[in-house]
Amino acid sequence: MRTDNFMRILLVATASISVLIVALIFLFLGKEAMPFAFEPGIGKLFDSGWVPVSFQEERFGIYPLVAGSSLVTVLAMLISIPLSVVGAIYISEVAQPMEREILKPFIEILASIPSVVLGFFGLLVLAPLVKDVFGLNSGLNALTASLLLALMALPTIITISEDALASVPQSFKQASLALGASELQTIFKVTVPAALPGIMAAIMLGIGRVIGETMAVLMVSGNSAIISFFPLDPIRTMTATIAAEMGEVPFGSHHYQALFWIGLILLFVTFLLNAFSRIILKKYGMAQ
Amino acid sequence: MQKIFTYCFLVLIGLCFSSCDSGTSKNEAKKEAAETRYLTIKGSDTMVHLVSAWAEDFMKLHQDVELSVTGGGSGTGIAGLINGTTDICASSRRINDKEMELAAGKGDTPMEVSVALDGIAVIVHPQNQVESLSLDQLQKIFTGEITNWQELGGADQPMLVFSRESSSGTYVFFQEHVMNRQDYTPRARLLPGTSALVQGVAADSGAIGYVGLGYVKNSADRIKAVSIQDQDGAPFIAPSNQAVQDGSYPIARHLFLYTNGDAQGTAKDFIDFTLSEQGQKIVQEAGYVPLQ
Repeated sequence: MRTDNFMRILLVATASISVLIVALIFLFLGKEAMPFAFEPGIGKLFDSGWVPVSFQEERFGIYPLVAGSSLVTVLAMLISIPLSVVGAIYISEVAQPMEREILKPFIEILASIPSVVLGFFGLLVLAPLVKDVFGLNSGLNALTASLLLALMALPTIITISEDALASVPQSFKQASLALGASELQTIFKVTVPAALPGIMAAIMLGIGRVIGETMAVLMVSGNSAIISFFPLDPIRTMTATIAAEMGEVPFGSHHYQALFWIGLILLFVTFLLNAFSRIILKKYGMAQ
Repeated sequence: MQKIFTYCFLVLIGLCFSSCDSGTSKNEAKKEAAETRYLTIKGSDTMVHLVSAWAEDFMKLHQDVELSVTGGGSGTGIAGLINGTTDICASSRRINDKEMELAAGKGDTPMEVSVALDGIAVIVHPQNQVESLSLDQLQKIFTGEITNWQELGGADQPMLVFSRESSSGTYVFFQEHVMNRQDYTPRARLLPGTSALVQGVAADSGAIGYVGLGYVKNSADRIKAVSIQDQDGAPFIAPSNQAVQDGSYPIARHLFLYTNGDAQGTAKDFIDFTLSEQGQKIVQEAGYVPLQ
């Protein structure tokens, strides 16, 4: 029995590693970020300008970055939610098994394309296209970034929504059909409403993916720290700011600490999104 | 059944440990036999190609030396030097006062050697009619005071300002020496690398940006470098090696190697090599400007 106990402890330890890692990440991000709260003060983060390298006055306002992240996230979701939810409905409810066999692997491939490769695609193909279509002087803007991000969120939302749709009990659909509802009525009046919590959770996870995406956004968003909600303006996101500036920032400086604050805020937002989607899934009994 | 599983597991763990052991002892044996000398060089992304090229040729001359070259940025390199994680730091800017203080606090004395020159060219689209600009005009362009090419005698076309990311040594250098320490216009698009910047300028006829002189030669058909005037009345100087060396081209800088205290042993050999005729030839080949 002693070996049993030993194995048990070993397995518990292995399973707990990720909990420990998340806690440690929070702890160390907080440790690096904290000194900023005392000097120069947390109020410095609530400024309208992000000018971290300046001979005049260094400004660490996160508003332009939060605005940038919000703008691309909302745009990307507007593009990808309709596409991916309808796609998931088709794959799960309408498609022939043969079609499913073809469609699903391609969606999985889309999920596994490295984001930096998508960034290349954005820089060389999508940006010139956006530039020409809208007659702009540069295609590096929020819209181009959102299109790329929508592409990345698609597989996440499709796969999880499809799982949710597939887990709607067969008896629901049979009852609906038996009452004389058409296939289409059954899908939109019975199956989709029943799977809605799962679809919501899928969307949440999609948003998490989009907010956290870095490389592709860094390459195509133009990275101008301006507060704008116009899709054809260049914007700067929180993730791109960290990725671009962390490499050269003097260790322990205010700029360094401000970047850690951005990291904390990002982590907190994605943490909330994940927690929220789990609560939805659990409430409707869809969590495993 | 469970017992067998446990045994297998333990055997696996055992194997794991034993293989780790033999791994380290092999490495040690190798080290002793050849007496390889190790040297790490960390720092500026601008210089990473140059330093790698040096390192390659240096290792051909000295078979017993192993150099590892990494980028990460001048700031990262200087921090590495202060923390003792690198032997030599490559930097495209002078070490600043804050970093000097930090080093002094740890009892370090960073020593500086200028090993090459780098000129920064201001580039525009080849179709742009504007051929030359003064530093004063450049300052107004990059701070956002001038927003249309018409104001400079060009076509009536909005200006599209490209810059490197604020983490780039070139960004700070340009800000300090061209823009009179003013802030960049917030509308400037910050691009994460030189090639992205060249791409951006080549794609729009109203674009303006800046890159290292070495990159201009490689893409001369897609972009155009403008001549620069230092101050009113001074001549307009086209960017070239000679103009950088004799100091007449106004936007140029030194590239440095730093060591902690005077360079000794392998580090000294390496720095001497970079300054030798062969080393300076590599500077030229890598797209930078030799010291002489």
